[in-house]
Amino acid sequence: MSEAPPTPAAAPSGGGASMRLRGLMRKEFLQIMRDPSSIAIAFLMPLVLLLLFGYGVSLDAKNIPIALVVEQPSADTASFTASFQGSRYFRPSRYNDLQQAEAAMMAGRVDAIVVLRQDFERQLQQAGGTPIQLIVNGVDANTARIVMGYVEGAWGTWLQQTARLSGQSFDAPVSLTQRVWFNSELESRNYLVPGLIAVIMTLIGALLTAMVMAREWERGTMEALLVTPLAMREVILGKLLPYFILGMGGLALSVSMAIWLFEVPLRGSLWVLFVASALFLITALGMGLLISTVAKNQFVAGQIAIITTFLPAFLLSGFIFDIGSMPVVVQAITHIVAARYYVAILQTVFLAGDVWSVILPNAGALVVLAAVFLGLTRRNARKRLE
Amino acid sequence: MTSVFRRILALMGKEFLALLKDRRSRFVLIVPPLIQLLVFGYAATFDLKNVPYALFNEDAGYAARDLAAALRGSPSFTEVAQLSHSGEIAPLINSKEALMVVRIGPRFSADLLSGRTAPLQVIVDGRNSNTALLVVNYVRAIVDQFNRDWAEAHGTRLPPAYIETRAWFNPNLESRWFFLPGIVGLLTLLVTLLVTSLSVAREREQGTFDQLLVTPMRPVEILIGKALPGFIIGIVEASLIVAATVFWFGVPLMGSLLTLYVGVLLFLLSAVGVGLMISSLAVTQQQGMLGAFFFMVPAIILSGFATPIANMPWLIQQLTLLNPMRYFLVVLRGVFLEGTPFQLLIPQLWPMAAIGLVALATAAWLFRHRMY
Repeated sequence: MSEAPPTPAAAPSGGGASMRLRGLMRKEFLQIMRDPSSIAIAFLMPLVLLLLFGYGVSLDAKNIPIALVVEQPSADTASFTASFQGSRYFRPSRYNDLQQAEAAMMAGRVDAIVVLRQDFERQLQQAGGTPIQLIVNGVDANTARIVMGYVEGAWGTWLQQTARLSGQSFDAPVSLTQRVWFNSELESRNYLVPGLIAVIMTLIGALLTAMVMAREWERGTMEALLVTPLAMREVILGKLLPYFILGMGGLALSVSMAIWLFEVPLRGSLWVLFVASALFLITALGMGLLISTVAKNQFVAGQIAIITTFLPAFLLSGFIFDIGSMPVVVQAITHIVAARYYVAILQTVFLAGDVWSVILPNAGALVVLAAVFLGLTRRNARKRLE
Repeated sequence: MTSVFRRILALMGKEFLALLKDRRSRFVLIVPPLIQLLVFGYAATFDLKNVPYALFNEDAGYAARDLAAALRGSPSFTEVAQLSHSGEIAPLINSKEALMVVRIGPRFSADLLSGRTAPLQVIVDGRNSNTALLVVNYVRAIVDQFNRDWAEAHGTRLPPAYIETRAWFNPNLESRWFFLPGIVGLLTLLVTLLVTSLSVAREREQGTFDQLLVTPMRPVEILIGKALPGFIIGIVEASLIVAATVFWFGVPLMGSLLTLYVGVLLFLLSAVGVGLMISSLAVTQQQGMLGAFFFMVPAIILSGFATPIANMPWLIQQLTLLNPMRYFLVVLRGVFLEGTPFQLLIPQLWPMAAIGLVALATAAWLFRHRMY
């Protein structure tokens, strides 16, 4: 039981405030315990979602079904198609003519077609070189680009082999060497899992609190609460703290899964991750509280929470889509999405280390957002009484 | 029979009132989905623009200058700094001021002129590995062009084979064309869940559902009365969103509008069904909202919207067979971009109908069997 009964030893000497606060927190805890959905939100949700998404979400295309059309087989075409057979990126299948292959692409059975024309062999000897035709299904442009990159890779390998066999060299004037820092294997899971934690924590933070104040308004118990000596600031604190503790529990679970289950390297320090997460959780909970004071009833609060949490955190946080490539207006909008700052911190702390020039500005932005959300909550809640 | 219709109509009218009489609720249903379409429509793209990079050029030769100019001229890249020693690279990348550093070594021009292969090094921030991969591909395209120009001007021998690429359905490989039909699906699901997922839970919490159950209305009638508002609002919003996708964002609608609407209707059937099922399973609105999220988030992330289903492990691929979004996205993208005819989409259409019917039947059953 995570219920926190007031221990007499901790009782303050003359502070009625902290006693009142403890009373309210105790009530919140009891409410949490009686409706198991809060506990489900804090622990079950990160567990299930991270398991599903950690395994399910990947941008690394493997076993891409591809059609090979060789119009006139020869030794050279065989050596070229062999480079596809061994690749783990492709699942090649042979087609006798282009029409069949095109029909297969129409039906979605293959994502790309590689065509070696009838005169492949003859043109190979000519100055201009021979074309290798590649037709990709461009609907999923990202996968299409990846396929193009892989085919180019297979082509490059084949060229070198041919050169070695014939004793010639076809070295390109400039050769590109790439060094990818922080994630040299280009493993997409390493950046998607930290991003998923940010998305999941956004949901948890808002879900935990979005309904809380709205429920009190709806049932009229908020008025009752306000005629007690509790100040508004204490009411907000009393609502925030129990859920904060729950949320941090869920967060610890997510981070453990990222490190031990998904084996994302943690190159920064744990305490930076912890402090940044605490800041983010306060912001997310604050946003939930704000929603519940603006809405005043659970129905509207639920609706606002559904609209404002998941999709913005998913699409506007830089979790998948690069913020720098968005139009300026949309970039400006991303600044009010708390997940944006948290994603930047998480990806940096996990993959790069404690880079203060990234962590500090983003943490600062989280502090500002948290202050704005909680300040607005306090103002909105007070206004209602007038 | 007429009394049945009258009863259903009356319940429907009441549902619409409950949804639309509250000013905030009305606002929530109409304005945010349209704003989100605009914002997400511009945000969701894998095409890179203005990638900040730094140039570390140690070579004064003109070949290096040409290559630097080619980079600078690309709309995908923006030069943010010129470096003079290698110690400057790490801080720039670490702080994310530059996503990439291009290093031209001191012997670049000399190597090129003497016919040796000149190495060009790029250092990329891999924190977002997909962006890193794209950045490298973009630079590779620029280098390939440079190589062709150089070979042509200096008579170097070219490789005996080259790749000629053609992309079907999306010739410029604009990833926005891929994502916008997906966003139509996302927002349609969102709106439907907004309307349905709390509707029964609210009545249960307030006790009015018991009153509804003792009226002459049968569960099927209650179901229809509760489902129709979701359908009607869903169709209206979906139409608005489709229109904006075509007319505002200029995504081509290649296939038939009729096929598209069959898909929209069947998807709404499944989404309304799941929404009502969640709602009638919940005892409080908080549980209803939790259920909505527990369905919506996996439904979107595991739909193939951003990351292809083909990349998922087998077990999760099997799980996605229960996800109506998965089928709807195939229908949307097929009809929008490929002009896929109706017959080829039947394998996508019937699962949505099946999911919808099972979910609706479960919801109707729950009306009477989940009582407290």
